[in-house]
Amino acid sequence: MLIPHPLLGPRDAQEFTYLGDASLIDRPDWQGEDAAAAFHDYLYQRDNPAGLHRELWFHEQGDRSWLVVTRNTLTHEIMGAELARDVARARGRGK
Amino acid sequence: MSELRPITALGADAPRRDTIGTVTITEVDDRAIASVASRAGKGKAFEKAAKTLFGIAPPQPGRWDGGADYALIWTGPDQWFAEAPLATHEDIATLIKAGLGDTASVTEQTGGWCAFELSGGAVGAVMERLVPVDAARMQAGHATRSFAEHMGVIVICREAGRRFTLMAPRSFAGSLHHALGAVARSVA
Amino acid sequence: MTQMNRISGGLIDRSKTVNFSFDGARYQGHAGDTLASALLANGVRLMGRSFKYHRPRGPISAGSEEPNALVELRGGARREPNTRATVAELFEGLDATSQNRWPSLGFDLLAVNDMLSPFFAAGFYYKTFMWPKAFWEKLYEPIIRRAAGLGSLSGEVDPDLYDKGFRHCDLLIIGAGPAGLAAALTAGRAGADVILADEDFRMGGRLLAETFSLGDAGGSDWADGVLAELASLPNVRLMTRTTVLGAFDHGIYGALERNADHLPVAPAGKPRQTLWRIYARRALLCAGATERPIAFRNNDRPGIMMAGALRAYANRWAAVPGREAVIFTNNDDGHRTAQDLAAAGLRIAAVVDSRKEAPRSGDYPIHAGAVVIDAVGRKGLHSVDVRRSNGEVSRIPCTTLGVSGGWNPNVHLTCHQRGRPEWDAGLAAFVPGGVLPPGMTVAGAAQGILSTAGALASGAAGAVAALDALGRKAKPADLPRAEDAPVSLTPLWHVPGKGRAWIDPQNDVTVKDVKLAHKEGYVSVEHLKRYTTLGMATDQGKTANVTGLAVMAQVSGKSIPETGTTIFRPPYTPVPIAAFAGRSAGKDFRPVRLTPSHKWAAEQGAVFVEVGMWLRAQWFPRPGETHWRQSVDREVLATRKSVGICDVTTLGKIDVQGTDAAEFLNRVYVNAFGKLAVGKVRYGLMLREDGMAMDDGTTARLAEDHFVMTTTTANAVGVFRHLEFCRQCLWPDMDVQLISTTEAWAQYSVAGPNARKLLQKIVDPGHDISNEAFPYMACGDITVCGGLRARLFRISFSGELAYEIAVPTRYGDGLIRAMVKAGQEFDAVVYGTEALGVMRIEKGHPAGNELNGTTTALNLGMGGMVSKKKDCIGNTLSEREGLNRDDALNLVGFRPVQAGDPLAAGSHFIRKGAEAVAANDEGYLTSVAYSPHLQSMIGLGFLAAGKSRLGEVLRAVNPVEGAETLVEVVSPHFVDPEGERLRV
Repeated sequence: MLIPHPLLGPRDAQEFTYLGDASLIDRPDWQGEDAAAAFHDYLYQRDNPAGLHRELWFHEQGDRSWLVVTRNTLTHEIMGAELARDVARARGRGK
Repeated sequence: MSELRPITALGADAPRRDTIGTVTITEVDDRAIASVASRAGKGKAFEKAAKTLFGIAPPQPGRWDGGADYALIWTGPDQWFAEAPLATHEDIATLIKAGLGDTASVTEQTGGWCAFELSGGAVGAVMERLVPVDAARMQAGHATRSFAEHMGVIVICREAGRRFTLMAPRSFAGSLHHALGAVARSVA
Repeated sequence: MTQMNRISGGLIDRSKTVNFSFDGARYQGHAGDTLASALLANGVRLMGRSFKYHRPRGPISAGSEEPNALVELRGGARREPNTRATVAELFEGLDATSQNRWPSLGFDLLAVNDMLSPFFAAGFYYKTFMWPKAFWEKLYEPIIRRAAGLGSLSGEVDPDLYDKGFRHCDLLIIGAGPAGLAAALTAGRAGADVILADEDFRMGGRLLAETFSLGDAGGSDWADGVLAELASLPNVRLMTRTTVLGAFDHGIYGALERNADHLPVAPAGKPRQTLWRIYARRALLCAGATERPIAFRNNDRPGIMMAGALRAYANRWAAVPGREAVIFTNNDDGHRTAQDLAAAGLRIAAVVDSRKEAPRSGDYPIHAGAVVIDAVGRKGLHSVDVRRSNGEVSRIPCTTLGVSGGWNPNVHLTCHQRGRPEWDAGLAAFVPGGVLPPGMTVAGAAQGILSTAGALASGAAGAVAALDALGRKAKPADLPRAEDAPVSLTPLWHVPGKGRAWIDPQNDVTVKDVKLAHKEGYVSVEHLKRYTTLGMATDQGKTANVTGLAVMAQVSGKSIPETGTTIFRPPYTPVPIAAFAGRSAGKDFRPVRLTPSHKWAAEQGAVFVEVGMWLRAQWFPRPGETHWRQSVDREVLATRKSVGICDVTTLGKIDVQGTDAAEFLNRVYVNAFGKLAVGKVRYGLMLREDGMAMDDGTTARLAEDHFVMTTTTANAVGVFRHLEFCRQCLWPDMDVQLISTTEAWAQYSVAGPNARKLLQKIVDPGHDISNEAFPYMACGDITVCGGLRARLFRISFSGELAYEIAVPTRYGDGLIRAMVKAGQEFDAVVYGTEALGVMRIEKGHPAGNELNGTTTALNLGMGGMVSKKKDCIGNTLSEREGLNRDDALNLVGFRPVQAGDPLAAGSHFIRKGAEAVAANDEGYLTSVAYSPHLQSMIGLGFLAAGKSRLGEVLRAVNPVEGAETLVEVVSPHFVDPEGERLRV
């Protein structure tokens, strides 16, 4: 597989480590109401889409960027990749 | 200076040099290295301080650049490796930190890496047997991290198609040197 | 022996004679021969035995699709089974042997299977070897194993080198026949980076096997001219002897280059084969087509082959299986073989054309509307029975029969992603269809364009289109005039009649087997394949699958498209496992990482152990020590008595900097780091988000905004990845920078009552390391040995007064030599990982065995460390009820009740009197060691509510070895439980 790195262009997937669903970015607030249930869902509940899937890849043998890769699970086509840090910021994460 | 004697990454008193066919593999042991990472929100100040200290602007992703004393290699977002002669910059992290102040985090890396320079006519054939990146299209000024024989490496193109530096974590020096020799023999 | 069946002409080099042997007999061939062509030239038609019935077989093809002529090449450790004689390039001294026969190829006792064929019909394994069950392992399987299989392995280590590599190109062209050459010329002239790969040792494809001309030149001359131009272009890479074996995701192709298979032995240091990973922006498949048989009774006799192969042997290799030929065809292309063979001087006994309208192709008997119904000659064809259109049967003597059932486009690589070939009724063949691998297009015969002119034009057009997709302009290469005959064919798959007609000769699948499978209810083609094993041999049914499908369609009364399609998987042809391994074999299986003290340790004769990729000293035997325990006990006792030194460089070290560094550590460790003073070190425990312990280690604060974290050796990479995840994905605006410094420093532990005294001889006098100035958990910059920059940490894993001292890595060798020298007056020892392990167990420190992914802070006895006042990874879920039960596992110590009794890690705790079953399981032993201090085995382990059960006696049961030991539950701190020694 080739991962289209947003800074470095297409790179062999062997350079990367896979983590899983990009929803792992959305870590709940520990002081939120029902935090235990929120953390449970965050950690254990995953969609298993037949089609587009946003997922986290780490460029371990590369620039150490975490990427959010959008991949079609049916065709393996990769529609794009973004720096996870940018995605996290766009989803409202800060410090 | 200390009474302790340093050894090279390959465990010898002096760096190694091997010529196999048209490829020469030279251990590089005279460079001091530090990682330089710009601090959050200090991008502009960092660039200014870096230009003053290094004499060059920090290079873009996938690139390296050399100034008078220092060369800078892009290693990740907001992160570079700075290289300078070991003889004059033994305590490189302290020297750089003094120049960059609180615009950057600086960490000594000199002992963390081994480096080998590959030069000669068959270097292209060696590189395509080592790394998945398209070394044939790399120009002088290109640098990227990848892997070779299960080892993480930094590939630095010094002269397109003819001269590259490969850096790997220092503990891998023996295995990397062995791999370079094996590949050079296979294309010699 | 003379080359009795060598005719004139051909592309062999008659000036070079090549000596070789087959089954011990010596023969001669020429440079340019394959083993098959040379054997045919020498009058050898019988080259192998079939898999199941051990039927005598000769080659049916002249290429990689060959199912029959499988031989063993070379001898000794280089013996290579199941090699196709049709693609084995002849070399001087080649030693080939037939296989799957005993005692000899001519007389094979297992050919009795052929007589027993009624018992070996489709699915015979499933039907025959069912009962009684006990017979399976003892009787059936050994017999089947002896009878089955083709060649045999040498059982020796492969002495050859295999290489691997990565190549990138704009356009990968697969196949160098007319379409591929036209494409390469077009793309090459346009300046694109082109790789042209072909499995043959000579490029040109069918052009080498045909007699017609291209423009004014012969086909092979034109190919040579094009290849010369391509070779002169720096942007074109020609890869002969290279099989593109698979099309993988996103334009990545696998290719096997056979660098030295055509040589007796690869030159020293050079690879025999190279496995390439080719990154192709576009790919053009020009893989040609494969001729298919027509099944009839005994159509597997040696001497019967595909008509196109017969033509190739005659035209390219000047070799024929016999001088009297019959051609059996359902299409015009079969007649071309008759014409070429007649021109080469063979007697054409008959052309049997199943069509009513057969062309008058030459001056030989042509039987229109006729079929071959049987072949005679068990070990070599001597005649065929032909049924004319009027029903009359006659026997025609012949020594070779060429069969043409039409041509199947080589769609294999188009199927490797999601492509499913589609039926083309005009061609009566499958053509590429469905979703092709991304970036791939198809040209020439592989696309179903079977004329030479069509192939040339489609290759050139394919290259133009491929480059256009890359935004490059190209104009099609100027192409010569060429043969442009349309396909004229009336499908005929098999000739009905009695007896067995072979579809898949390698796996011995006949028309009858397919019919039987249908009768037994196998409707799906995929089930049919598995039941009959059609197409499941080493040739993947390249000549068989379409015919099998057609017969299936016929017996079920459906059309072929209704019946299904046939797809192929990688690899296109077999690939040796050694090629996949490449250079990663033997000692080079993976790289090793050496510690800064490695050179010194090796000089001392240390015994090393692999810890991940690291090679660490396990212990340092001294003269007279004959058992490892003697060395380890000595190292432990000497350290606890005086002082010991250990290389701890392998522990992961991560530099954490930035204005938010302290807060970042607060979030990744369960305990607080915000108030840690500069110049101090603190132990930290890190959880996964699910509340399980992930890693632990000490973190030193070097400055307000600068920490150095240590991780365990095993988790260094994983912890770094996790921290980067936290930094980039969870808290992207934190001012934190991370970098590994594991190897930037050579770090040694110096432990024992005399540790300080030893270090005082090393550390430069200006630095006060007294207990007052440098207490337990202090850290700081120092200089050693006359001004060398160093770091000192007062931390202890052994429980003794201990320090870790770090110097720039290149001085690590010098430092250990200096410390050993300085330690002589204290009888200092250097200790390895075993002694390290013994001392940490004696001290009750958890390590990898305890942080095993299933244990919480509470289990580890560190529940109180988990701060409830701050957010950190894992603290919310660590509060789950199920993880906090009163009977949760606690880390405690264990000692055998009888001092001399053994302990085995992994043993489970069962109460006395209770049955040793899972329901009564109360915990398990994680780490054991012999404590020379206590002169007993000791252990750490997890026990339900263990903290409140000190003094209780339990059974440590080891069902794997059928052993058990009575143990007493004790404190995990076997040595200095109050921690006084650390602080002196």
